[in-house]
Amino acid sequence: MSTDTRMKPVDAVIIGFGWTGSIMAKELTDAGLSVVVLERGPARDTSPDFAYPRIADELKHAIRGDLWHPLATETFTVRHKTGDTAVPYRQYGSFVLGTGTGGAGAHWNGQQWRASPNDLRIRSLYEERYGRKFIPAEMTIQDYGISFAELEPHFDHFEKVAGVAGTAGNLRGRIMAGGNPFEGARSSEYPNHPLPPILSSQLFADAARELGYRPFPVPAANSTAAYTNPYGVRMGPCNLCGYCEGFGCFLYSKASPQTTILPVLKGRANLDVRHNAHVTRILLDGSRKRATGVRYVDAAGRQVDQPASIVVVAAFQLNSVRLLLLSGIGTPYDPRTGKGTVGKNYAYQMVSTTSAFFGEDVAMNPFVGAGAAGQQAIDEFNADHFDHAGAGFVGGAIIFAGAMGGRPIAQMPLPPDAPKWGSGWKSAVRRHYAHSSSVATMGSVMAYRDRYLDLDPTYRDAYGQPLLRITFDWHPNEYRMTAFASARAGAIVRAMRPERVTQHILQPGDSYDVRYYQSSHTTGGAIIGTNPASSVLNRYSQCWDVPNVFVLGASSFPQNIGYNPTGLAAALAYFAAAKIRSDYLKSPGPLVAA
Amino acid sequence: MNDSPDPSIRPAGQPSTSDAPGGRRGFLRGTATVALSSVLLPSRSAAPGGGHRPGQAAHETYSPVYFTPAEWAFVQAAVDRLIPDDGNGPGGVDAGVPVFLDRQMELPYGHGAYWYMQGPFHPDSPATLGYQMRLTPRELYRAGIAAADRACMAKHGKAFAQLDAATRDAMLALLEQGKTPEDGGVAAAFFALLLKNTREGYFADPMYGGNRGMAAWKMIGFPGARADFTDWIDQQGKPYPYGPVAIEGSAGGKA
Ligand SMILES: Cc1cc2nc3c(=O)[nH]c(=O)nc-3n(C[C@H](O)[C@H](O)[C@H](O)COP(=O)(O)OP(=O)(O)OC[C@H]3O[C@@H](n4cnc5c(N)ncnc54)[C@H](O)[C@@H]3O)c2cc1C
Ligand code: SF4
Repeated sequence: MSTDTRMKPVDAVIIGFGWTGSIMAKELTDAGLSVVVLERGPARDTSPDFAYPRIADELKHAIRGDLWHPLATETFTVRHKTGDTAVPYRQYGSFVLGTGTGGAGAHWNGQQWRASPNDLRIRSLYEERYGRKFIPAEMTIQDYGISFAELEPHFDHFEKVAGVAGTAGNLRGRIMAGGNPFEGARSSEYPNHPLPPILSSQLFADAARELGYRPFPVPAANSTAAYTNPYGVRMGPCNLCGYCEGFGCFLYSKASPQTTILPVLKGRANLDVRHNAHVTRILLDGSRKRATGVRYVDAAGRQVDQPASIVVVAAFQLNSVRLLLLSGIGTPYDPRTGKGTVGKNYAYQMVSTTSAFFGEDVAMNPFVGAGAAGQQAIDEFNADHFDHAGAGFVGGAIIFAGAMGGRPIAQMPLPPDAPKWGSGWKSAVRRHYAHSSSVATMGSVMAYRDRYLDLDPTYRDAYGQPLLRITFDWHPNEYRMTAFASARAGAIVRAMRPERVTQHILQPGDSYDVRYYQSSHTTGGAIIGTNPASSVLNRYSQCWDVPNVFVLGASSFPQNIGYNPTGLAAALAYFAAAKIRSDYLKSPGPLVAA
Repeated sequence: MNDSPDPSIRPAGQPSTSDAPGGRRGFLRGTATVALSSVLLPSRSAAPGGGHRPGQAAHETYSPVYFTPAEWAFVQAAVDRLIPDDGNGPGGVDAGVPVFLDRQMELPYGHGAYWYMQGPFHPDSPATLGYQMRLTPRELYRAGIAAADRACMAKHGKAFAQLDAATRDAMLALLEQGKTPEDGGVAAAFFALLLKNTREGYFADPMYGGNRGMAAWKMIGFPGARADFTDWIDQQGKPYPYGPVAIEGSAGGKA
């Protein structure tokens, strides 16, 4: 491949302008570096792109996915096990991808969690508490080699940047009323107070309390007050408009790169953001131990080389892993031998839903909803917050409730026996739309030897490069996890005393199904660890093999967690940035001895 | 929240009558229930876009851009059964769903622009791996309608649109289950897309051609594009009193 243009070398190039790319752009330009950001999608800002009333369009945004990455140009292939033929993920279903300014962070939901301290040292914890045999042989879970205390200042900072609304549950070791008593010790309160629960979450919280659980407001990156973040950027109060997940926020309330970080980057002389710039590979020198920059295709279709001393890969979990494989960085993982690391430990999340159908006298007003504001959760059955000895599985789930908008095309809860069309369907829609609610469990998924990512041998993207292939299906551990968590969710919903309760729970034998939205929380493939033989990155998100390449995002999670991932991805990005600024810039090279 | 959402795994989330002229409603109900007078249907669908009657609803004069006359007859007859005008809220035809479908066929969506459409194609893959056919939406409608009409001719000697309501329902059920002959999976895939798009047209903003008069929103009490609940955040359990608004600003009045 010959290139058409070679740009002036810069200190750092960042691939992707989503959450983690924006964080790194801020930190590296603060440090005085010359930085180029390459973003494959268009430039987008609150105005005019998310302006009311055009944004309040369910069909355009949440169904057709106008703000999402168009799969026509680049997608993934999926199969359930090695030996099967993987086929393309041709239409959106199970997860959604971002593009353009803000990435998925422009149209995410804003459920803003920290990891649990024991999520970060999962293998050690289970071995200490339950014995080595508790972890199945094929389960390849690993510790991060980073303690919660080390990450805490970065969780705290990101919450302040994002204006998160919540109630502290563990303030410097003191358990606080009304918050999550299972959270790791936090150094300060949330920067915003939570909104009062909407009816569906109030009913859930009351029922949970009746059963002896401790419900609390879901931490929401939906600002609940006029708020100015540490960068001096102002956010406005969320009005629970109902057009949140899948949409950009027209009120400057939902935290996104454009509502929290990018305003202070505008006009910085040492930052050059190029949109419609699709990176096709990271360039290496002859030793293959050093990146010299990246190659991208610009809007006019020209191949452009951008030399840089540091390459930050912030292209979202799946894309970042694919870029490493396309560039020949590190050794691709081989599921037969268990050797190699790039593509290893791919995981997803397992969700279940319990629906509550009430009488027509209960006005649920499901359209009053947000990404996370007004929601309630319990954390009793997540991480290692309960004794797993008799449970027979590793991991757990949060259980949460609240409406996200009641948008009638996609968010139309009907009992499973309701007709799918005809008069019966219409009656069911009329009867249930405004009088039902649901409670979800979002469960962790462990990593396994036979669940991984590699390059597809057949399918290519619009630039002629191989697609990334996902080999994934559920394991027995996760069916047990979801049965356990869903039984508890079911008990809570029955205590809400609706007329009818139905549950959607994956059963042993149900394969991973790409047709239905579950969560956009894919993880792994370029994982953090303590040893180059079993991980791609060291604790500072730095490639063991090519130390001037840093990889951000949930690709670094060695296994999935029972929380939404962005809080942890952002904290790891700030943690890496701090180390780059304090040490790497002074003496570039490996930050951890291999 | 996406192309094929399962509302049952998303935390989710008044009776009103259609504001279409009563004559129209009566006319449609007649065709749906008078099983023997199948002559009524062809007479209304044989001349799409044809002679304007006084009091005729706007969508009756709509000339389809993509669908052929025979396809247009199928689409109206199918939507009429998927969302019937049964006195229980607006019917799909009255709500303009066929117009919505025709317009979608001409948009990038209809041309498959949102989908990865490179081969090879493995339509026999497990269903859990998603849609794997070579056909774009507009191609799937064309092939699917033809397959459905062939099946109707074979079984009943008539095109779908000429069948009475009960027989159309039975044929739709066969399509849904992929139990029509010689369809190679096309019928079931077509039915699934038709049903999905029909619901979209019913509940999407009226500017797309369906949900005329926001009638479907009024039926369930959805306030449309209001997107402002500042005064309502702490009014737990109180029925929301305002009717819907559409994106271009029209207010629909109270449900
Ligand atoms: C619908 C939805 C709801 C979500 N809800 C939540 C939630 O409630 N809570 C939560 O914690 N998380 C949520 N998430 C996940 C959250 O959005 C991600 O965790 C977060 O955005 C990840 O940040 P990132 O920087 O890794 O990737 P992104 O924010 O996705 O940014 C990656 C960027 O890289 C760009 N890019 C990719 N490939 C290339 C290339 N080759 N060249 C140039 N640029 C490239 C992309 O276009 C994109 O802009 C949600 C996601 C979605 C889609
Ligand atoms: S629900 Fe709140 S945060 Fe979300 S888009 Fe609406 S106003 Fe913005």
